[in-house]
Amino acid sequence: MIAAIIEACDLVKRFNGFAAVDHISFAVPEGVIFGFLGPNGAGKTTTIKMLTTLLTPTSGSVEIDGQNPATHAIAVRRKFGIVFQDPSLDQELTAAENMWLHAALYSVPKAAREERIERLLKVFELWDRRDSIVKHFSGGMRRRLEIARGLLHTPKILFLDEPTLGLDPQTRNQLWAQIKHLNETEHVTVFLTTHYMEEADSVAQQIAIIDHGRIVAEGTSQALKQQTGTDTLEQAFLKLTGTAIRDEQGGGVDQMRAMAAMWRSKGRS
Amino acid sequence: MNVIYMLWLRQLKRYARSRARVVGSLGQPLLFLVALGFGFGPVFQRAGQGNYIQFLAPGVIAMTILFTAIFSGMELIWDRQFGFLKETLVAPVPRVTIMIGRTLGGATVAMVQGLVVAILCGVAGFRLAGASAIPAGILFMALIAVMFTALGTAVASVLEDFQGFQMVMNFLVMPIFFLSGALFPLAGLPPIMSAITRVDPLSYGVDGLRSALTGVSHFGVPTDLLVLAVLSIATLLVGSYLFSKIQL
Repeated sequence: MIAAIIEACDLVKRFNGFAAVDHISFAVPEGVIFGFLGPNGAGKTTTIKMLTTLLTPTSGSVEIDGQNPATHAIAVRRKFGIVFQDPSLDQELTAAENMWLHAALYSVPKAAREERIERLLKVFELWDRRDSIVKHFSGGMRRRLEIARGLLHTPKILFLDEPTLGLDPQTRNQLWAQIKHLNETEHVTVFLTTHYMEEADSVAQQIAIIDHGRIVAEGTSQALKQQTGTDTLEQAFLKLTGTAIRDEQGGGVDQMRAMAAMWRSKGRS
Repeated sequence: MNVIYMLWLRQLKRYARSRARVVGSLGQPLLFLVALGFGFGPVFQRAGQGNYIQFLAPGVIAMTILFTAIFSGMELIWDRQFGFLKETLVAPVPRVTIMIGRTLGGATVAMVQGLVVAILCGVAGFRLAGASAIPAGILFMALIAVMFTALGTAVASVLEDFQGFQMVMNFLVMPIFFLSGALFPLAGLPPIMSAITRVDPLSYGVDGLRSALTGVSHFGVPTDLLVLAVLSIATLLVGSYLFSKIQL
């Protein structure tokens, strides 16, 4: 067994008494693509936030490459790259400027910056658009830029929170090919969440399914199908988590984002 | 160091690229300068207070810096909305460093804006006391800019979205401006009004800038400098603290 690079032990996060994450434990071996699946509001993003130093657990422990994100935030942050569910690029800057800013934030050695930025932008097919302002990029280009940026400081782990949300099948396909390639060539551990079960099935070597803040099943895609007696991961997923629709409540930021989107579309049309 | 520089540069680039913002933010100071400057000029003159443009210009410059600085600080809300805030908060950099980079960037933008308005004031007939007015004026402009950018960031750190923005404008920024002595002399005010102007931080900014540019002072330059320096440091500290408490 390869050593675990991410380890969560009896992890709990309560918001005003409500347990968003309720005593979960899991381990992700180094170099693996790990799929963390669950319906809306199951606790996926809350878990990712605790793994990536953005939230402090109510109880339980997390270790990222042997260090605790709650107490060694800065050291842990150097070890991972993250692509959030929502965009996190500076849209008023160019692709290259976003990369340079990231290089400074992660103190990537100055000598390596130019070469690495060029290589990553080429891998994600953005090199020709490096001097375009991100505002004018398509959704797929933005995602690719975010992933390229997340890899700039050569992290050991890459967190991808629904990286293919809202992308067309071509872009999704290409994105996963690039992520698989990175995992194979650079041995980056990938921790991903997605709602597309076929994608998880084809990409993730190990899967954990979370629901109502608890892990309900764990194993390879094959094992999960066997366990539930189903043919596809989607059926297995539905069998494990039920077919009821979950609603997530939007926070203030979500509402404002919706408003901004409305204004933007008005301005353009 | 590199992080602070890059964040500073980012703020400047964003500003330079937003032509609407550059032009739009000159409208208000220009209106104040022309409407009030020439409108009240004759009355001011008859009251024996001299040239009103000469009195008003430092106030209008200070106003420009106040508004631009608060806006720059509150750009944090945009960063939160468009997501870039997450990129900085998850980076392996102490939040204080990010706060300093942001504040210096916003303050520089506010200073540039203030300098543009200063030139417009010159066109409207404003005259400097002498060549030494320039470095002293820039020092006071910088202090005003830093103080209010940090204040804007502090306020934006506790606001989740722009719903509270109107309240900040009406109950914080506007009173700070109107009660600062930017538009009227502070001497001979009713006692209550006089007390209010004394707790308004911008009063010291306007007074310092006015004495630097025209040689006329109400509180005295040492008092102005001391109050501004102490408040700048205090807002920076409070801003850094609130910024470091942001949870996503």
